[in-house]
Amino acid sequence: MRHTISILLENTAGSLSRVAGLFSARAYNIESLSVAPTEDPTVSRLTLVTRGSPEMIEQIVKQLNKLVDVIRLIDLNEGQSIERELMLVKVRAIGAEQRAELARLSDIYGGRIVDVTESSYIIELTGDGEKLDAFIETISAKRVLEVVRSGALGILRGTKALRA
Amino acid sequence: MSEQLRGAEIFVRALIDEGVEFLFGYPGGAVLHIYDELYKQDTIKHILVRHEQGATHAADGYARATGKPGVVLVTSGPGATNAVTGIATAYMDSIPLVVFTGQVPTHLIGNDAFQEVDSIGITRPCVKHNFLVERVEDLAATIKKAFYVATSGRPGPVVIDVPKDVTANVCAYEYPKTVEIRSYKPNTKGHPGQIKKAAQLIMAAERPMIYTGGGVILDNASSELTQFARLLGFPVTNTLMGLGAYPGSDPQFIGMLGMHGTYESNMAMHQCDVLIAIGARFDDRVTGDLAKFCPTARIIHIDIDPASISKNVRVEVPIVGSVTNVLSELNRLLQEAGVTPVDRESNPWWRQIREWQKLDCLRYDKGSKLIKPQAVIEALHRVTGGDAYVTSDVGQHQMWAAQFYKFDQPRRWINSGGLGTMGFGLPSAMGVQLAFPDKQVACVTGEASFVMCVQELSTCLQYDLPIKVVSLNNRYMGMVRQWQEFFYDRRYSHSYMDALPDFVKLAEAFGHVGMRIEDPADVEGALKEAFSHKKRLVLMDFITDQSENVYPMIAAGKGHHEMHLAPSSTTERELA
Repeated sequence: MRHTISILLENTAGSLSRVAGLFSARAYNIESLSVAPTEDPTVSRLTLVTRGSPEMIEQIVKQLNKLVDVIRLIDLNEGQSIERELMLVKVRAIGAEQRAELARLSDIYGGRIVDVTESSYIIELTGDGEKLDAFIETISAKRVLEVVRSGALGILRGTKALRA
Repeated sequence: MSEQLRGAEIFVRALIDEGVEFLFGYPGGAVLHIYDELYKQDTIKHILVRHEQGATHAADGYARATGKPGVVLVTSGPGATNAVTGIATAYMDSIPLVVFTGQVPTHLIGNDAFQEVDSIGITRPCVKHNFLVERVEDLAATIKKAFYVATSGRPGPVVIDVPKDVTANVCAYEYPKTVEIRSYKPNTKGHPGQIKKAAQLIMAAERPMIYTGGGVILDNASSELTQFARLLGFPVTNTLMGLGAYPGSDPQFIGMLGMHGTYESNMAMHQCDVLIAIGARFDDRVTGDLAKFCPTARIIHIDIDPASISKNVRVEVPIVGSVTNVLSELNRLLQEAGVTPVDRESNPWWRQIREWQKLDCLRYDKGSKLIKPQAVIEALHRVTGGDAYVTSDVGQHQMWAAQFYKFDQPRRWINSGGLGTMGFGLPSAMGVQLAFPDKQVACVTGEASFVMCVQELSTCLQYDLPIKVVSLNNRYMGMVRQWQEFFYDRRYSHSYMDALPDFVKLAEAFGHVGMRIEDPADVEGALKEAFSHKKRLVLMDFITDQSENVYPMIAAGKGHHEMHLAPSSTTERELA
């Protein structure tokens, strides 16, 4: 099953490699991983998406907790959470008709055109992974020149917060 | 105002403030400032090994025997990589070590400088934690943290990588009195509700089994374990790492379990209804085939490491906490409930165990004209009064030492259980002998393992370490040969130790005493003579029966009830 784990990690040199190394050493799989410092610059927040049996997920959580640099973590599957991913898509956009259609589709998906040239657009879009996949399909993969995606970010709904 | 010191001085002062007795090390370019400071003091005794692997194993032996962290200092590059085997050995057996690796100056890191290696990256998967010290201001606090992390919770090795310029720079020195790591708070007190649940399950057991591992020894919980077992009168088995936690000569002790465990222990595991696992981690050499493991047991598991619980085997009552705390609490509950020990004479479970014991699974041919390795270990036990510290290397001799030297005390049996590191025996014995200069220290080894760290014979001479090396020389890598006999149709591929040295001359060349023993009648006398050399290292080269195998044996993929027994046994035919 797919699990999204949020981790607060000491923001020190090499701490990310401990998390990544744990996954490779124990043959766990990382589907996506996104990392950035938090409002407290000594702490990084990771959102890690992985897949495994319930036993494997239990071990992943325990092994992550065992890392000295891991301050706190939560398996977002244990509650209601929101997940978002950011995507930037560079598409071929030539001719008035095509450009209008792309602008319209972007609008429908709640995207924004953030770069315009005579023959291309860059569209910015957020949402869960499925929505982003659907957008690519809708605009037709042939038109896509380049895609960059952030990996999932997750947060619990409600007032409960993951804090150092 | 606090004193202004150079990094190298801070290093030495911090170790003194930490109470470090011995520093096992080998100098090199990146640590020369530190060595210069070591030269100026005599509080910390530096032990110069002959290879960095020896330093880590020696510190490891010291730690296992004393319970105090072992401390190592090596240089950058090859110094660090040579130390890795010893670090990984300590990691697998949860031994507290603090290993300092020198590093090239900070401005050269990443430059492929001379003797540069990414020590943090290389050691990361085999340490509990590691630190790169980037500023001299962080050095003292990092050392404090390293000792705390290494020795608390589930212990383990910690590496501190120290760039050369950090040891030259100056800052104010004050050794922190306390340490606080927000991301590291090991839980030592077991959950009271879970402990109560365990007590109820224990009191209702009909066919109970106490299975304990190295965690009992690491947490110094032998007396709590002994009290627990005696309160109940239950049978006790120990893992290879747990031997000595419960007295080996006690009638409730029914031998080691697992791949080379006793018939009675493994059968009792297979048929028990309540399994009480204490400070053990259900290692594959212990469990055999997981699908066949303890099919009828409800399992209680006490361990300090939450990640060890339900990792390999799902358990019904997990208790995360220090073994000492949890067992004390359990003992209190059991006493309050007024439990009395089961009567071993009349109890049906014990009667069954006695039936299994009648098989005498460790029996061997005592009338052989060749020296039987088992007989050497039994003689060693007699000659040392069962009171020696015994280190070992890895292979058949290790299993025979575990089976035949009945350890009555914890921290006496010192071996590489998890990683299985050949070459561990001699250097680890050095650490033990340094810690206990007046005690008998024996290194049980084989001719193959022994030469893997043979260079440390020099260290033994330099520091007058009167270790008694008991080498069971069968001219084979015995365990490899045994597997080839059983599973590879006797194709003894590269397991024959051709071109062996003359071990007597080898010992003498290093300045020690060498003995060769070829007649079974001479075994005990030779051991007595060797141990009468109070001040000398004696290397005893026992020429043993080449065909001897370790029994019982559970082959890979088999269950506890599917043991391979010594050929003379009737039960083997029954099982087949």
